[in-house]
Amino acid sequence: MKLLFEISSKDRKLDLIPPCDTEIYSFDDKLIRKEKLRLPEVSEVDLSRHYTNLAKEAHGVNNGFYPLGSCTMKYNPSINEVVASDKNFTSIHPLQPVETVQGCLEVLYEAKKLLCEITGMDDMSFQPAAGAHGEYAGLILIKKYHQDRNDYKRVNIIVPDSAHGTNPASATMVGFKVVNIPSNENGGVDIEKLKAAVGEDTAGLMLTNPNTLGLFDSNILEITRIVHDAGGLCYYDGANLNAIMGRVRPGDMGFDCVHLNLHKTFSTPHGGGGPGSGPVGCKDILKDFLPTLEVAKNENGFHFYQPAKTMGQVRSFYGNFLVVVKALTYIKSLGKEGIAEASGNAVLNANYLMNKLKTHYDVAYDLICMHEFVLSLGKMKREYGVSAMDIAKGCLDYGIHPPTMYFPLIVSEALMLEPTETESKETLDQAADIFIKLYETAISNPEKLHNAPSKCYITRPDEVQAARKPILTYQFKND
Amino acid sequence: MASYVVNTKKQQQQMLKELNMETLDDLYIDVPKSVVLKSLDIPEGKSELEVYNEMSETAAKNTVFKHIFRGAGAYNHYIPSIVNAVVNKEEFLTSYTPYQPEIAQGILQSIFEYQTQMCELTGLDVSNASVYDGAVAAAEASLMIQERKRSDIIVAGTVNPQVLAVIKTYCESRDVNLTILKTDDYSVDLKDLKSKLHDNIAGVVVQSPNYYGIIEDVKVISELTHSHGGKVIMHTNPIALALLKNGKELDVDICTAEGQPLGMPLSFGGPYLGIMTCKKELMRRLPGRIVGQTVDTNNKRCFVLTLQAREQHIRREKASSNICSNQALCAMRASVYCAALGPDGLKQVAVNSASNAHYLAKQLATIDGFKLKTKKEFFNEFLMSCPTDSHKLTDLLAKRGILAGLPVENNILWCATEMNSKKEIDKLVETIKEVL
Repeated sequence: MKLLFEISSKDRKLDLIPPCDTEIYSFDDKLIRKEKLRLPEVSEVDLSRHYTNLAKEAHGVNNGFYPLGSCTMKYNPSINEVVASDKNFTSIHPLQPVETVQGCLEVLYEAKKLLCEITGMDDMSFQPAAGAHGEYAGLILIKKYHQDRNDYKRVNIIVPDSAHGTNPASATMVGFKVVNIPSNENGGVDIEKLKAAVGEDTAGLMLTNPNTLGLFDSNILEITRIVHDAGGLCYYDGANLNAIMGRVRPGDMGFDCVHLNLHKTFSTPHGGGGPGSGPVGCKDILKDFLPTLEVAKNENGFHFYQPAKTMGQVRSFYGNFLVVVKALTYIKSLGKEGIAEASGNAVLNANYLMNKLKTHYDVAYDLICMHEFVLSLGKMKREYGVSAMDIAKGCLDYGIHPPTMYFPLIVSEALMLEPTETESKETLDQAADIFIKLYETAISNPEKLHNAPSKCYITRPDEVQAARKPILTYQFKND
Repeated sequence: MASYVVNTKKQQQQMLKELNMETLDDLYIDVPKSVVLKSLDIPEGKSELEVYNEMSETAAKNTVFKHIFRGAGAYNHYIPSIVNAVVNKEEFLTSYTPYQPEIAQGILQSIFEYQTQMCELTGLDVSNASVYDGAVAAAEASLMIQERKRSDIIVAGTVNPQVLAVIKTYCESRDVNLTILKTDDYSVDLKDLKSKLHDNIAGVVVQSPNYYGIIEDVKVISELTHSHGGKVIMHTNPIALALLKNGKELDVDICTAEGQPLGMPLSFGGPYLGIMTCKKELMRRLPGRIVGQTVDTNNKRCFVLTLQAREQHIRREKASSNICSNQALCAMRASVYCAALGPDGLKQVAVNSASNAHYLAKQLATIDGFKLKTKKEFFNEFLMSCPTDSHKLTDLLAKRGILAGLPVENNILWCATEMNSKKEIDKLVETIKEVL
């Protein structure tokens, strides 16, 4: 496919804005840009076709099955987009007088109430723009809490070795030291190792439950108690909330703060990597430290206020507002029964698919899973030389987006599948057949899988070259 | 109730039976009984029509201003129709981060094109695929230039307060020492900068055009900072870059910008776009996703996520940043916007915005008590005195359907773009005279 710069043709343009009807202002020449600005020069038809061609080489949930573990690629309802494109939302300047933005504040306030109830938290900020950003804000809450008590020795954040990579990375950004603890033989937190790890230097524990192996840690109450007894706080990574929403709440499990990924659990689309929204929720003990501004309601309507000991801002204004609009639309649609029905069916679909694949593949932990499960292809790699990557690339030829590969790091040759509740039994049956066919190909014709995909726009790219000799922009011909 | 669950009750029963289970609750056997939730205390689900009506009613409680003279970090520009047409394509809208390049060339190529355009605009060598917004871009840039013996950050007092607030949070969380420069006549106090520079600084953050719309003398700030071995981060408005000197010409090391003016609606503050570009030498310290060009096994050009050794999923606690999801679809908006406008169109947006702003300043100055606070060159925003209480005046104008400039103490920070015609500006001035 040609790049925008390769379809560019001098003097081609769209007529978008009228000539200036005020006197043209001329800046002093020393302020003026002298460098040529090599933006594409195209017609609207050129642009339209260019992006239509690019769209053909992209695969969204709306194109087909997308069991990308840990990413909750559920269907994104159309009404979400319709509501979020309402001019009464999109045309609002973030610094308008408060009486002229009552609708926007109502969205933030209502979404906060609903999500606090779903998570068992007392308060929430929508300022974080993505999951990792929510982790960042949540860890600052924990840091501020300890510092506010003049407890400066709590510098450690405990992270299980199965955690998402963002957990330790976020802890570092907040100036914490990361203490990794290994998982036990059932993939859960090793209670003895946890007991040995906590102490006067423990600021907190970061945990996702169900964890990245797709398993619900039944020791959760003991885990959070151990951390609390040591004076630490418990952070819930909400990436896997889709398994349990409406059935059990992080707040009731003993967590003090959480982040959510509205772009996973609450059906707002991922947009090829964002915008997401990663609200951070917390219990009362942490709410004074939340980012500013927060929304409250009184007899005169909604207003902003600054939390008493606020951490300040982690982003400008109030976060990715339109994403919150979409999530609120979704929660209102599902309501109290729909939310539990969604999580229950997400878990049912995962177990159903796992059960079908178990006949051929090794499941990393052969237990009841939650919304996702992990296959280990270690044996296949040893016996037939076919890797998790090969099977993943094989999926591409059947129009399935591959599962998450090589994560969690503690499973050899891992493939992590998360079907979500918005896939039918028929789709799951079909996918199971494809995975089994791939398994059989691994034995009969491993070469075919080493060379997969063969039906995509490209074959496997040379990623080593990309990193060794980085070409990160279009190389313009000398003109 | 909508649930978007596809399987019928009958199918669910059939599937449960295959798992030797009776109800969905049986799947939750590992959840301790004491914390199993009976029911959420939230309203029951609703049909699409009911939800649509409810949300529309909520939206209607906002006031949409037809006449906007307010910027201060969020700008009212025209969005070409093609922008929405492109980003609403479901293939783009509903896909994840392009982890599987063979099935995501469309997304990857569009990011590569975006990176190229941002490098063209800023004049620097390398762009990432975006961060959360302009303020976070400036904050991440401050962390990205940290070195063992060079940690202190100096920030101009003339940066947007939203940006400054985020830089403060990021620096505080990493225990980075932050100094804020004095302001002299609404721009950086160069004497103060000279006195505060030392050989252990990591760098200086300056915004130009700054919060007050003033074009800072970035070239001089770069020279001073570089003479102490520090890096310069210029935070800017991407529209201005089409007309005014870019990062390369001003010799800065990193450019950050709020990308919202490039095709994003105001949307009560988000989603917006954090633009971040840097010189080649800093490439491996840049946070976030980066797309690179390579070839496939048939030697065909293609694109992949690259330089991932910087990132959290590989490096975990040693990563350059924790960023994972970014603002990809907003970056695509910016890319389509830049392509639709082209070099001449984007310059025209800049020229019209600046010209309208200067006309607005001239016309406002005809009213008693309205006076520019400084004679320095501004782009499309400027601070003016106000003869009466600034909040009172802007409230009165709001009642007349005009979103006036932002009250800043007892002054008003005015803004114009290509959206504000001569007629509209004349009408504003007339209305002010009426309500005063």
